Amino acid sequence: MVSVSLLEIKNLHVNVDNHEILKGIDLTVNAGEVHSIMGPNGSGKSTLAQVLARREAYNITAGEIWLDGKDLLAMKPEEAACEGLFLAFQYPVEISGISNAYFLRSALNAIRKYRGLDEMDAMDFLPLYREKLKLLEMDEKLMNRSVNEGFSGGEKKRNEILQMAILEPKLAVLDETDSGLDIDALRIVAKGIEATRSPKRAMVVVTHYQRLLNYIVPDFVHVLLDGRIVRSGGPELALELEEKGYSTMETANATPA
Amino acid sequence: MITATQQLENYLESFTELQKRVVGRSLPWLCQLREDAFARFCEAGFPTTHDEDWRFTNVSAIAKTAFQLPRKDGVQISRKNLDPYRIPGVECQLVFVNGRFASELSLLNNLPRGVKVSSLAAEILNSPKEIEAHLGCYLDTKRDAFAALNTAFLEDGAYVHIPRGTVLEEPISVLFVSVTNGVPLMSHPRNLIVEEEDSQATILEEYISLDSGAAFCNTVTELVAGENAILSHYMIEREHTEAFNVSTLRMQQGRAATVASHSVLLGGALVRNNVHPVLAGEGGDCLINGLFIGNGRQHIDNYMLVEHAKPHCGSRQFYNGILDGHAHGVFHGRIIVHKEAQKTDAKQTNRNLLLSDDAQIDTKPQLEIYADDVKCTHGATIGQMAEDALFYLRARGIDEVSARKLLLFAFASECLDRMKYGPVRTHVEAVINQSLLQVANVPGIWKERKQEDVGRTWEEVG
Repeated sequence: MVSVSLLEIKNLHVNVDNHEILKGIDLTVNAGEVHSIMGPNGSGKSTLAQVLARREAYNITAGEIWLDGKDLLAMKPEEAACEGLFLAFQYPVEISGISNAYFLRSALNAIRKYRGLDEMDAMDFLPLYREKLKLLEMDEKLMNRSVNEGFSGGEKKRNEILQMAILEPKLAVLDETDSGLDIDALRIVAKGIEATRSPKRAMVVVTHYQRLLNYIVPDFVHVLLDGRIVRSGGPELALELEEKGYSTMETANATPA
Repeated sequence: MITATQQLENYLESFTELQKRVVGRSLPWLCQLREDAFARFCEAGFPTTHDEDWRFTNVSAIAKTAFQLPRKDGVQISRKNLDPYRIPGVECQLVFVNGRFASELSLLNNLPRGVKVSSLAAEILNSPKEIEAHLGCYLDTKRDAFAALNTAFLEDGAYVHIPRGTVLEEPISVLFVSVTNGVPLMSHPRNLIVEEEDSQATILEEYISLDSGAAFCNTVTELVAGENAILSHYMIEREHTEAFNVSTLRMQQGRAATVASHSVLLGGALVRNNVHPVLAGEGGDCLINGLFIGNGRQHIDNYMLVEHAKPHCGSRQFYNGILDGHAHGVFHGRIIVHKEAQKTDAKQTNRNLLLSDDAQIDTKPQLEIYADDVKCTHGATIGQMAEDALFYLRARGIDEVSARKLLLFAFASECLDRMKYGPVRTHVEAVINQSLLQVANVPGIWKERKQEDVGRTWEEVG
């Protein structure tokens, strides 16, 4: 029996305002794997993450994306989420007037409902929420505050990982979750990510820096430059990048092996 | 359609008819008050859009209709008709049908000793001196033709008197019911609320309609808050969408009095909501909080006039508007700081969400500051629903319509959060939710909006 990959991207081309950002991406991610996508600013990393979460502003001109055997490009953002895709936002959005607890329980119940499970009431949800707050070393008081409102940069990123830990996605895409974090916050975020790693779950860690990869060792590292994956390799590739920078990769790109 | 002269003739006829039978026609001061006001109305006529205070609101639909005063024998409605409008936890509810007190429909339970909750018509007969001391003393009929019209036709309304030091735990509800039976009817309810020093109370004015005829309700509420008094006033307009509703809340605040005005405007075809507090004693505080939700062809105009007359007073205005369909909203926020009112702290914020391309909002601050040591800020925002917030919710699995509802509730809850917990807030929350569901459920309004929020924002500090 042939097992289906959790994520399969084939020849993906994406335009924004008639400007081609992604120029043919191929990527296969299997359950249990952690892939890191690294690249400088403007290389198309975040575009890829947003396209995976089905943001509508992007124009897909060619290619296919399969999520666990289903056509991701036919899904709305909420359907992708219900099918097990989770995007940890680079810039989590503040929403005043909706509490974190209410928001997260609504999200969890929307996903449970989609999967034919009973909705979870506040009494059942609370212990789960408390447990994950503890994992991310977050104050319980944050539960009743508005979504991300008044949160520090680090708190926002931790809140993303907390949501991931509760929603238990099949495929998590972490978009620059490490940016702007001090070393303590980075350690906590990494701990949260590690705790949700499982043989059934895959992760795509989009990052600019190698720092996070000291804590979460990826199985594969891909280098994204100017809308193309120019090199793929093991975790050692991240170290090489850290040492030599992206400029050497550009050379590699110019003279393909 | 009728001409301007016919309009006045119609009102003159009604006024002459009223003078023959109206309560207190033997009281010279009251006759004078009515006659002066009627003369004032005839002189001014209905305002036009050339009038700065009415620039965005055309009242010709009111002016053109030959409204009649309701007949004395009137309509019969039963207590059962009102079951949906009773509020859990509210045991005192005065009911007015087409502006006239209906004692058989009212509830008058649980009132502490000394508190008077009654109809104005009854009190004009029973305690004319008490009424004379306040009635018409605060409202300026020269400023506003509708206020003059109300005073000319004043007959009945709620009278509430809270004696010194009394804390009224239970809210008092005043329910205005319109039933036209197909005849264009006008009513001019006049409320008088007198709160003596150190007292505390919560009053709710609510407007509903039981049938769909053209009804014109033109209310004036004079509210006097004595020294150190605390008062929360709520107004809910949820008549059907053919109704005309003009209401004026004139609040006179004594020293260190704390007054909150909460307006929730959901119904009506043409609604004008005037809120006019005068901070007439040192250290007073006034919160003016409002939410308006318009759809279809509704027109909702909020005219705020906050007058700081004494030093060390604070006022905060917060109005949020949600407009869909072809609805037109207006927020006119005028603040006058008199020369004597040093150390005034006045704030004004108006936030608006436009859900359709045809919805419209006019928002206008107007600050007149004659003192030199004050803090006045104002700001307004107009925007569409935040696309990034919508995407964030959807990316977590919440479907688009639910996500939009959540964001609308969140926007509305900014106003709700300024209300104290209690039966009235619970009631307000329920009627807001009902109204938002109607806005959210109209098909075709959830158009794709691919651009980022392109609202304009301005904030000035003066």
